[in-house]
Order: sequence, then C-alpha cells, then structure tokens
Amino acid sequence: MTKVVGTRLKRKEDPKLITGHGSFADDIQLPGMLHAAVLRSPHAHAVIKKINVEEALKVPGVVAIYTGKDLEGKIGPVPTSWYVPDCDLKEAPQYPLAIDRVRYVGDGVALVIAEGRYAVKDAMYLIDVEYETLSPAVGQKESLKDNAPLVHDDIENNLAFHWKAGTVPEEVCEKAEASVKQSFYVQRVAPSPIETRAAIGRYNPGTGELTLWCTSQNPHIHRMVLSEVLDITEAKLRVISPDMGGGFGGKIGVYPDEALVGFAARDLCRPVKWIEERSEHFTAANFGRDEVIDVEIYGQKDGTITALRVTNTHNVGAYLSTMGPGVSTIDFGLMITGIYKIPYASCETFGVYTNTTPTDAYRGAGKPESTYQIERAIDLFAKEIGMDPVEIRRINMAQKEDFPFTNAQGLVYDSGDYEKPLTKALEMVDYQKFREEQKELRKRGKLVGIGFSTYVELCGFGPSKVAGGIGFQGGIWENATVRVHPRGSVTVYCGTSPHGQGHATTFGQIVSEKLGIPMDDIELVFSDTKSVSMGWGTYGSRSVAVGGSSVAIAADRVIDKAKKIAAHELEVSVEEIVFEEGIFSVKGSPSLQRTFKEIAKSANMAWNLPEGIEPSLEASSYFDPENFVYPFGTHIAVVEVDKETGQIELKRYVAVDDVGRVINPLTAEGQVHGGLAQGIGQALWEGIVYSKDGQNLTGTFMDYAMPKARFFPKFETAFTETLSPVNPIGAKGVGETGTTASTPAIMNAVMDALEPYGIKDIEMPLTPEKVWRAISESEGK
Amino acid sequence: MIPSKFDYVRVNSIDEAIQQLQQLNGEGKLIAGGHSLVPLLKFRLTEPGALIDISRIAELKEVRKEGNRIVVGALNTHFQVANNQIVKEHIPVLAETVRQIGDIQVRNRGTIGGNIAHADPAADLPAAAHVLDAKIMIQGEDGAETMDMESFVIGPLITMLPENSVLTAISFTIPPSHTKSAYLKFSHPASGYPVIGVAVVAGVDENNMIDYAKVAITGVGDVAYRATAVEEKLLGQELSETVIKEASQYAAEDGEIANDLFSSEEYRRNLCKVYTERALKAVLF
Repeated sequence: MTKVVGTRLKRKEDPKLITGHGSFADDIQLPGMLHAAVLRSPHAHAVIKKINVEEALKVPGVVAIYTGKDLEGKIGPVPTSWYVPDCDLKEAPQYPLAIDRVRYVGDGVALVIAEGRYAVKDAMYLIDVEYETLSPAVGQKESLKDNAPLVHDDIENNLAFHWKAGTVPEEVCEKAEASVKQSFYVQRVAPSPIETRAAIGRYNPGTGELTLWCTSQNPHIHRMVLSEVLDITEAKLRVISPDMGGGFGGKIGVYPDEALVGFAARDLCRPVKWIEERSEHFTAANFGRDEVIDVEIYGQKDGTITALRVTNTHNVGAYLSTMGPGVSTIDFGLMITGIYKIPYASCETFGVYTNTTPTDAYRGAGKPESTYQIERAIDLFAKEIGMDPVEIRRINMAQKEDFPFTNAQGLVYDSGDYEKPLTKALEMVDYQKFREEQKELRKRGKLVGIGFSTYVELCGFGPSKVAGGIGFQGGIWENATVRVHPRGSVTVYCGTSPHGQGHATTFGQIVSEKLGIPMDDIELVFSDTKSVSMGWGTYGSRSVAVGGSSVAIAADRVIDKAKKIAAHELEVSVEEIVFEEGIFSVKGSPSLQRTFKEIAKSANMAWNLPEGIEPSLEASSYFDPENFVYPFGTHIAVVEVDKETGQIELKRYVAVDDVGRVINPLTAEGQVHGGLAQGIGQALWEGIVYSKDGQNLTGTFMDYAMPKARFFPKFETAFTETLSPVNPIGAKGVGETGTTASTPAIMNAVMDALEPYGIKDIEMPLTPEKVWRAISESEGK
Repeated sequence: MIPSKFDYVRVNSIDEAIQQLQQLNGEGKLIAGGHSLVPLLKFRLTEPGALIDISRIAELKEVRKEGNRIVVGALNTHFQVANNQIVKEHIPVLAETVRQIGDIQVRNRGTIGGNIAHADPAADLPAAAHVLDAKIMIQGEDGAETMDMESFVIGPLITMLPENSVLTAISFTIPPSHTKSAYLKFSHPASGYPVIGVAVVAGVDENNMIDYAKVAITGVGDVAYRATAVEEKLLGQELSETVIKEASQYAAEDGEIANDLFSSEEYRRNLCKVYTERALKAVLF
C-alpha cells in the first residue's frame, strides 16, 4: 500500500492561511453587526459602590450598556468543568459581570454595545465606576494564612480545594541514606496565542437559534456549558470555531465574555462582535501554571530512589477556570514520579483563590510542572550522592520489560522503552566528548553545562469512564464520520477542533492511506456543532490518538461496506476481495476489479446493491480508548553562562521524542519546535509578575518576554517509535512534549554550568540578574 | 487599541508646520514615522486634537556634509540612516547604532528626528548622539536655533523643544580619521530596548597613547549620558587591558542609574562596567 502515513507532507492548511484567505473571527462581517467591549476592573479587589453610565450612553452610536446588576437573573454563572472528587472543592460563582465586588484586575464590570468600534471605546472610557478598594490576596502561600484577605467571604483561608494522593511511610524516609528538600516555583505564564480571544453572536428571532462564533478549542464543550449559562437548549445553540491563531490551552476555557456576547445578541436581536485587545488579554484571559512545589526526595547512596513527597500550592486565581482544578491535582499529582520506579510517592495539593486572573490548562497542563519537579529533584539527588545525572536516571527508570508499567500513584503507562531515546540523544550530543570539553573549558574559566530531561507525560484524554471517576464534566471519547460522495471524494467530520495543529493534513493522511485516494479528494470538517454530531475538542495531545483513531475506524467501516458491494458486483464472496491502493480486486484474479470511485458511485446510486445493504457509503465511529497514552523521550540542553553578566546562551538543544506512530514527521517536528520555544521560554524569559496590590506588572509585550525565533539555536530533533497498544493507530500525541520536557532540561544545564560555584537552584525565569547575583553571592562566601 | 478622535492635516513645508502648530494652540502634535506617538495614542496616554503630518517635507530628508559635521535631516528613517553612504563613511557608529533599533518594521518607519524628539530614556540612538557631540537643529517661530544633547533632553520623554517649533535635523561631529567606534547593546528580551547600550569612539596616537575617547551609555537611567569619568581615565594613557579595565570601573559615575522590574540599580552598575570594558576592547584592540 502507498505510504501516506509517516511521510513529510506539507500542511494542507497553509496555502489558504499564507495567502490571506483564512477566515478568523475578526474576518466575519454580518449585516447590522454591533460591536462590544467589556469595561474591566482596574483594581484587584474592590466593592462596586456605584456605576454611572449616563455620559457613556450619550456617545453617538451607543446601543446598550449592561452592568452586573442589569444581568442578575438573566444570565447564570460560568461554572468550572472539573469537579475533582474528594478534595472538598469549593466553587465560587463567577457571574459574567461582577455584581457588587470585583476580584481581579480584568474582572468584567460593564458591557458596552455600539454601532462601531470607536463608539464602543469612547463610551467605555466615559463609564464612571465608584470603587471602594479592599486589600487583595495575591501570592498563594500568603493567601492561605489566617489573616489573609478573603477573595470570597464564605471560603475560609481562600482554600478552593485540598487534594491528596498516595502515602509515603515515615520509616521509608528514616531509612534513606540521602535526601534532598527543595522548593520550586513554576511561575505564572501567559499562553499568548497570536490571535487574542473573540466572539460573535447572531440570534435568529424566527427560529430562536443562537449562533456563536468563538475562539474555542472545544466548541461542543462551549455549547454544553453556555447552553446552561444562557438558558437555551443545545439544539438551538450553534457554536463554531473559525480559523484560529493558536490557543495553547488558553482557549479551552468557557469565558464570561463569550456568554455576554451571546446574551447581548439575543437581547438586542442583532449580531454582536467582540474582539479582545492584547492588553485586555493580559488581564482577562486565563494564565497558565503558578504553582509552588515543595519536594522531598529520598534514596540510597547507590542511586536508588525510595520515596518522593510533593506538595503543590496552586494559585487558581479569583475563580475556578474550566479545567483549572484538574491541572495541579489529577494531571500533576498522579505523574509526580515521572519515568521512575519509585516505590512510594505522595502528593498533596492546595488550590488557593487569590485576587488575580484565573489560571487554567496551558500546553501540558500539570505534566510540565510534574516533570519539572522530578527532573530537577533527581538531578539534585544525584549531586547529593555524587552520581552522574545519566546514571541515576538509568538506575531508576522503568525498563522495557516493565510495561505496561504501574507508577507509584497507580497510573498504568501504556508502553515505553525509555532507553531508546536516551541512547539516541546521548549519541546526538556526544556526551562523553562534551564532559571532556567541559573540563577543559572550566579550567579556562568558561561556564558550560549540560542538562537532561527524561520525561513521560499523560496524554490522549482518554477513557470516558476515567473522566467520570476524576470528576471531569465531559466524556472524552471522539467522533468521526467518513462520508463518500457519488463521484468518489470524501468529507470527514471530526469532533476534535484544530487551531494550528494541522489536523486537516494528518487526519487526511490517515484517510488517504486507508482509502487509497489522493489527499486532494479529502475534505475535513471540524469545529461546528451543527455539522459535527459531537466531540470533545483539542487539548491534552488527544487529537490524533483519540480523534485520529476514530477517523481510522470510520474509514475501515467504509471499506467493509464497500467490499460487500464490490464482491456483489464481481460476483465473488466478500472473503475473496482484496482492497489495496484504492482498488478492490479478486484474490487470484487481479484483473477482476473495481476502483474506489466506482464503488462510491454504486453505493450512492444504489441501482444494484447486495441484499441487506442500504444505499450510501458513510460510516461513523465513536471511539473511546481503554487507556491514556504516555509519550516519552530524552531532551538535552547545552548552555554557556557569561559569568560577568549572568547571561545564558543556549548552545545546543537535542530532543528525541517517542510519540508512538508519527503520522507526519514534518508537522510533528513543528509541534516539537513550538513546544520547545514555550518550555524554554518558561525557564529563561517568560513570567507574569503581580505587584503586592495585585496589578500585573508584565501586562504588555514590552515587559512580558515572549521568546523570538532568534533566541534559539537550530533544534536537533529525532523520533523513536514505540507504538501505543491502546488505539488502532499506535499514536501517542506530540503537541506538549516540548513544554513538558524542555523547562527542566534548561534548568539542569544552567545548574551544571554553575556547579563550580556550588549553586543548586535559582527561581525561574533565569534572568541574567538572578544568575549574576547567585554567582556574586557564591564568590562572596 | 483604538485612539480617541483627532483631526489630521498634512503640511508640505516647515513654515506651514509652524503655522499649523500656532493655529492649533497646543492641541497639535507633529507626526512623521509615528513609531513613538502611535503607541501612546493607542493607550490614550496622549489625546491630541490634531496630528500634523510632516512626513512629506522634502527639506527634512537631506543628509549632507558641512565642514567637520554631518547633518542628518529629521525625517530620515533608521533604515535610511543605517544605509546612507555619507553616514557609513564618516560616522559609522551612528549606522551601527540605528541598525540595532527595534525591528525591521520600526527601522523602516521610525525617524531619527522623531526618536530624539520623543526622548525615550531607553532608546539606542542617544548613545551615538552623545559620542558624536550631536547638535539638535530646531526651527521655530523666531527662526532657527541649535542645542546640544545635554541641554535638549532634560528628563524621560521631556525635552527643551520650544513650543510651535520643528526639530529639523541633527548634526554630528566627524571623529578624527584614526579613531574607531562601536555600539554594544544588551537587548531586553521583551521590548528589544537596551538594558544597557554603550557607544564608544576612541583612538590611539602613533605611540599607542589614547588620544581620543568618547563613551556614552543609554538605557540604564532616565537619560543617556556621556561617561566623562571613563574618558578622563583613558586620555593620555598608554593603551593596555589594565587601563581599560580600570577606567571602566567609572562607567556608572556620570549617570543616574535606575531600578526596574528586569534589572536592579546594582546589576545595571555592574553592566555599565562590563559593557564599557567590552566596548572599549572591541574598539581599541
């Protein structure tokens, strides 16, 4: 069969996008469309005393201004979608506009609707809000204290949830020959997709149907949640995600703003468009991470790790976001032991409300943090006992024969061969040679270092019964329908919702290889709740493993039916039909054949079908995998530190990932590159910083350091392929490998470079000043 | 980002620009490349009643040699300055500096006059202007006048540009032919502005004695400054690594060094020394 899967096809999506023919939310123009803007709180914590809209209403073109009080009883609170069980989760209602109290800078206070964008903004500036400011709770550790200001009066100690998993017997710790304790801060970062958020609502008063275009990674989840918030049946609510400029988790969330746009369109019976501004995005769009992670690692002097105790104090912001509660509990706490056979592990997570913008899933969601703490801790433990970082990893990692491997927290890893990418990465970087060169360079006062990250992540969400067990408010199966048209082209409807990943290409490759038809004959339809029956969206590196599998199964079902029709026409039994490269032929008589196109026509015309076979050629699959998938790999960073300035130069970056079956190496490499930029960004440059009074001091790209392409060396990437047994493709997921693996690799490399100074840890991001200070302080000792 | 409402008028001569400024009585604001003004407009940090577009005034676009000085018209974009033959030949440190401003889009639109008139404390250009003894040429209601950099820029975003006048050109000294120059910059990873930028023009005589040294530092405080203490330590000394290292210790002496979120005063003082030493070595060795 012609190889399509596994080939480096250029993305089918790109010609449209790079020639300006994409249709993003802001490209949508509807007759009579109004524009919306949300006036947001400039205070982190304040009581709303009075809102005066009189002057604003006088601006020509203003149609309506709504405040939180105006909407009381008309629109419900926006709920979280992850009720993690057994953690005393306390959800504070998040109304789309604050009613009497604002709880973070960016909290919505009023919605302005006008005939044009200028009128909207002019009016917004004229709304006079009288606030009485309150002390804010900002950092998570301080906000847990007894005397901290309360974000929600009825939630004691600002504790949103308190979750525990696993136990470590005290005697195991006592018996340990060595141990290390370290606190890490995985700082708050901004996902920063190139396109900000947007929503457009259109209400048809005749049919009662509300259509909402919005920047969603999961339109069906948006439909489900917003149908409750807006009190409209799902049958009358249509959610469409148009072309999108990225999401990175920041567009999973169902946001107040989207509900407001839907409400206003229905209330005014006119289309309403809201496009978020970049500076607004820095206050009102969910951030990622913000977890203080305290780690204790125990083991023997021979390198065996015996126990791991972890506490995560997670700043959830002012309200629970859509996925927020699951990130630092399920996603983080069950993966804390990484690839290692650590017999005992425990995790305790405190979710803490603060007067800051909510945090939610961000590329990797929980796994980058769990990988960070274990990969840093294992390096610190190796330093403590004087062992090479590669050796300690080899001693403790699960071996090929251990699979399926059950980790200390009870998760069963589907398949793995951790030595394979490790060996390959060591070869690529030439580890022995590096260590020799490092010795020489150190003699000359040069600070070079190498850092490792041998990671595993939990991806491919997942089995739906597990989703129920962990409190996720959704199924996580996936749906695909393969529809064959009379002349042989194919439309595939999928429940995943790509926003830059290139699924039209990779899913197309799966169909092309299965049906033996050209890529150009295949169209993919995603992201519209009216054309796709159901689906759970794109996040958690699930799209190929779950959605792609569903596509493959549906294509197989099409072939099964087509074979019956071919057998009937060729007057042989189905068992005698062979299907290869788009041709149905008879075993032993290859000249007796029908093309795929011929059978497509036969099925649709239905002039001569076998008995019991219905017309048309179309099949669906609703695939629910038996387990998650667990991609893994080895990343190695090589850095040089300028000791006079603390500046870090990234000299080399080697990434060997095992993501199971690689559908398209070109797009897979692209995913790895993008993830690396974000993961390395977390280690070196990015960081949202709040002042004590809850103001975001890094609210523009003048201060928030998004990495630029020129910050990076040429990435050296490779794949090994260990197939997953839990889906028909054998795929594992590639979208989050970069953010999961790279952050600790960079940190470990910098700490290795600084070894001559005895420096063990520096808080991220590693700004030149922090590094310079650590060096200066150690020289002063 | 949407600015508040403003009127727009295009002028075709300096005189016309001055007339418009007078008529608008403080409500008018000149615009050329717009790369400093438009961001302020978007944030509504400034809300002028009218923009007076001077970008097509031909007389502001010249670059010419006048005796021992090079006069660069205010409307030259950074790209044009960086690639101008006269600039490259006589005052290469200016070309080297403006090549490092912002990104391609900024260099293609932003103008040298706008940059100086905006007086952003974090800008690159003032460092080069200082080492080249820049004179700011102004035309106003009462005719033409000239100011040096120190008296022109008095604070962050504050200049002595008189009311109803136009910054028409900047003139730079041509350094002696035996000197060499460099601009060494540490870019802020977010903004691209210099966390520190050091411009150096220096040279030695036939006996290897340092006979010319101009050092200026930008990005570290409210205004860029000439590091005269460093210059004094260098002049008349025989060139050596030790002399450079010792002189560089005084790099922060003449400036008011500031704190910000990215770097503290203490760290910036360190950068002053390290970057001055490195820039001097690059020029003199």
